[in-house]
Amino acid sequence: MHFDALLLSRLQFGFTIAFHIIFPSFTIGLASFLAVLEGLWLTTKTTAFRDLYLFWVKIFAISFGMGVVSGVVMSYEFGTNWSVFSTVASPVIGPLLAFEVLAAFFLESSFLGVMLFGWRRVGPSLHFLATLLVAVGTLASAFWIVSANSWMQYPAGFVRLADGSFRATDWMAVIFSPTFPYRLSHMVLAAYLTTALVVGAASAWRLLKDPDEAESGVALKMAIGMFAIAAPLQLLAGDLSGKQVGKLQPAKLAAIEAYWETRTQQPFHIIAIPDRATESNRFQVAVPKLGSWIAAGDVNAKVTGLKAFAPSDRPPVFIVFWAFRVMVGLGLAMIGLGAWGAFLCWRNTPEHSRLFLRAMVAMGPAGFVSVVCGWIVAEVGRQPYVIYGLLRTAQGVSPISTGEVSVSLITFMVVYAIIFSVGALYILRLMNSGPSPKPEAAAPPPRRRPPGYALAAAPAPPDEAAP
Amino acid sequence: MSLDLPLIWAAIMALAVLMYVLLDGFDLGIGILFPLATPAERDVMMDSVAPYWDGNETWLVLGGGGLFATFPRAYAALLPALYIPILTMLMALILRGVAFEFRLNGRRTGKRFWTAAFAGASFTAAIAQGLALGGFIQGVTLHNGQFAGGAFDWLSPYTLLVAAGLVAGYALLGAAWLVWRTEGDLHERARRWAWTAAAAVAAMLAIVSAATLQVHPKVAARWGYMDGSFDLARLLRLSPIPILGAIGLAAVALGLRQRTHGWPFLGAVLVFLSGYLGLAAGFFPYVVPYAMEFRQAANPDNTLALLLGGAVILLPTILGYTIWVYWLFRGKVDADGGIYH
Ligand code: HDD
Ligand code: HEM
Ligand code: HEM
Repeated sequence: MHFDALLLSRLQFGFTIAFHIIFPSFTIGLASFLAVLEGLWLTTKTTAFRDLYLFWVKIFAISFGMGVVSGVVMSYEFGTNWSVFSTVASPVIGPLLAFEVLAAFFLESSFLGVMLFGWRRVGPSLHFLATLLVAVGTLASAFWIVSANSWMQYPAGFVRLADGSFRATDWMAVIFSPTFPYRLSHMVLAAYLTTALVVGAASAWRLLKDPDEAESGVALKMAIGMFAIAAPLQLLAGDLSGKQVGKLQPAKLAAIEAYWETRTQQPFHIIAIPDRATESNRFQVAVPKLGSWIAAGDVNAKVTGLKAFAPSDRPPVFIVFWAFRVMVGLGLAMIGLGAWGAFLCWRNTPEHSRLFLRAMVAMGPAGFVSVVCGWIVAEVGRQPYVIYGLLRTAQGVSPISTGEVSVSLITFMVVYAIIFSVGALYILRLMNSGPSPKPEAAAPPPRRRPPGYALAAAPAPPDEAAP
Repeated sequence: MSLDLPLIWAAIMALAVLMYVLLDGFDLGIGILFPLATPAERDVMMDSVAPYWDGNETWLVLGGGGLFATFPRAYAALLPALYIPILTMLMALILRGVAFEFRLNGRRTGKRFWTAAFAGASFTAAIAQGLALGGFIQGVTLHNGQFAGGAFDWLSPYTLLVAAGLVAGYALLGAAWLVWRTEGDLHERARRWAWTAAAAVAAMLAIVSAATLQVHPKVAARWGYMDGSFDLARLLRLSPIPILGAIGLAAVALGLRQRTHGWPFLGAVLVFLSGYLGLAAGFFPYVVPYAMEFRQAANPDNTLALLLGGAVILLPTILGYTIWVYWLFRGKVDADGGIYH
């Protein structure tokens, strides 16, 4: 393999974005969860909700910080590594990214301060408002970034000038490009699922130690409720997304399903080892005809295979095929877990089924894995283009040297490895200690926490902390 | 309609960058001063900026994302040219950003490590920004609008000077912030730090200005300096800018002498404003000095118009709630690490 600035830039971009997306997928869902908890506490005055809020807000603070710093990197990498892409695409997607900053990032980052430090400075309703605004901000940011990415996946509402650059002709068509509604729903559901699985796993972990911890029981049921509903919806959203892919990006669909020939009654490959060199699958286990039905809702539908495209226009099929299998496999497992959990809730015993609790813990990271696999399907599947059909990734790269990118890539790996392991350690440590207020929390707050800090209010009895 | 959209956006982007420098400047300054403080003081110092740092850093995101959206050709020309300083800055900002949360969660070794990381990363970020600024002033080699120079073009004695100047400037902002927002021993020590930093800033301003006249004949000409002599009429027209800087320094010094709390910070802001205007006077209307004017770099009017439509509503809203958040956490941070009225 030839390690030039292009390949290294791709590796670096893929690595940094895959690292970044781990945190948004968790914070988008967690922000909404926190808003729900605080809302429930304010309306019902049940202390379990307040304790859960004060517990999860600490984990939120750590993850959010990591999401922010890895995100700042992304907004500069477009220029440092993809300067040609930036020049030609900016007239169209520039506003989408700028609106993300103006309408989402400022909202999140400013009200985060109030959310974390304002517990005693502002009244309960204002604090609740701050939490809500942070949650709205995270969703707004998903809206704009997925809009930009969807335009790159299937551009609409533009013309191309002689110098190769793009001009928008219809902004609504740019913002709401054809794949956008499906992909936004799929992404937001993915974030909610990821969060629900983490909350569920952390609560299950506590319940395995102490089945009577009330807060964890509440959180577990809330989590089950969330993913029991979201997981089946995710299958629906993903299927709709896949049908769009079949219509608009046939090469990607062919890679997802490892189809080489174009034919009707395509089989569905459960597993396969696709090989670009021989233009066939070295091994496969398939269900006849099911593929055409999934892709187009009709067993007699004709589905394009990779051979219909010149070899230089084909995406890497092996990665796309397997990333898709992992995502869908985990998605089906989530549906199963949701059904099982719902059944146990109906019997009123999810806290006491140790088998279920262990399964919950095991599925804790499944959301992150699916999210990263999903993005790999979407992004690798659109290669060799960065703007589908119009600008090749190879044409978008900056005129920088191999040396520069190798050093920056290695540094990113080291820095991210450090902050990821430390962040994960601190989060797991918090999760291990659980949400119920500990006796030592009743002592005056340790001096390194400002009394304005959310924790400081934790020991206060509800009537004192309430308005 | 005949709104001059590129000009309006040049002004907005200039404002965003200035906001970033002032706001993140004081929290980076606090990191730079970290090694001088005792462990207990460090906690107070960090508490004094913890609610704001994320909002402050978002101005940097607006600087990057906004430049991408409004002047993509400048964004595409400058960032590859300044690849190493920019990525160094980003790495440093990663470490200093997570340090806010990690320091609170770390036990012994962890806390010590993240204390060092916070200090080292703040310092490194400031140096990297200084190198990027210096490299920008020096100018970058372009071919057909894309960068065409070498990986280390930005490195020169001049850029090192600029970096040293920026570190001194951030230290001054940080110290003045502490004078304003803390009390007791830390407050007293911050006064001494502010004196030292102010002296360093005064010296660096003079040195960097002289050096700029030497390395950049075109900038020098704007200030009336040609062939070793000054054209006083030209200099006089721009003289309000250095005078503003002098007033700023005087406000810092007098504020420190008279033991006021807010004046040194205000003075430091004026010093930065003067430096910033000085740069603008040297380069307007170029966004890549003497190689690309802002109009050449700008996006087409339909893009800028859409953006302006959004910004007209969003920017005032952002400024509004930013001020509200600063006001909410106003007052001194006490020696117990608490923010109170
Ligand atoms: C679907 C969601 C999503 C996706 C695909 C991305 N991000 Fe992101 N990003 C977020 C969702 C998000 C968020 C939820 O808004 C974050 C995560 C945690 C946080 O603090 O905000 C965030 C933070 C964040 C920040 C810091 C904001 C701040 O200072 O508060 C920047 C600059 C970016 N992102 C930029 C990007 C870029 C350039 C991306 C693509 C290349 C990208 N993000 C993909
Ligand atoms: C957050 C979720 C995302 C993930 C996990 C992700 C992942 C990836 C991966 C793995 C690649 C490498 C593909 C390859 O080189 O074969 C890639 C490429 C790319 N992605 Fe994404 N992406 C995400 C979001 C975005 C968004 C929102 C944008 C733009 C607005 C974007 C723009 C690009 C560009 C410009 C490339 C081409 C460079 C390259 O090939 O590496 N991505 N992405
Ligand atoms: C259950 C069955 C699922 C199906 C049929 C499915 C289908 C798809 C398809 C076809 C794509 C590619 C879309 C494109 O390239 O435009 C995709 C992308 C993606 N998937 Fe899934 N998916 C499923 C489950 C999941 C789960 C459980 C998660 C995460 C928790 C997830 C997260 C993602 C993400 C983040 C992307 C990239 C963003 C996007 O393009 O929408 N998916 N999925």
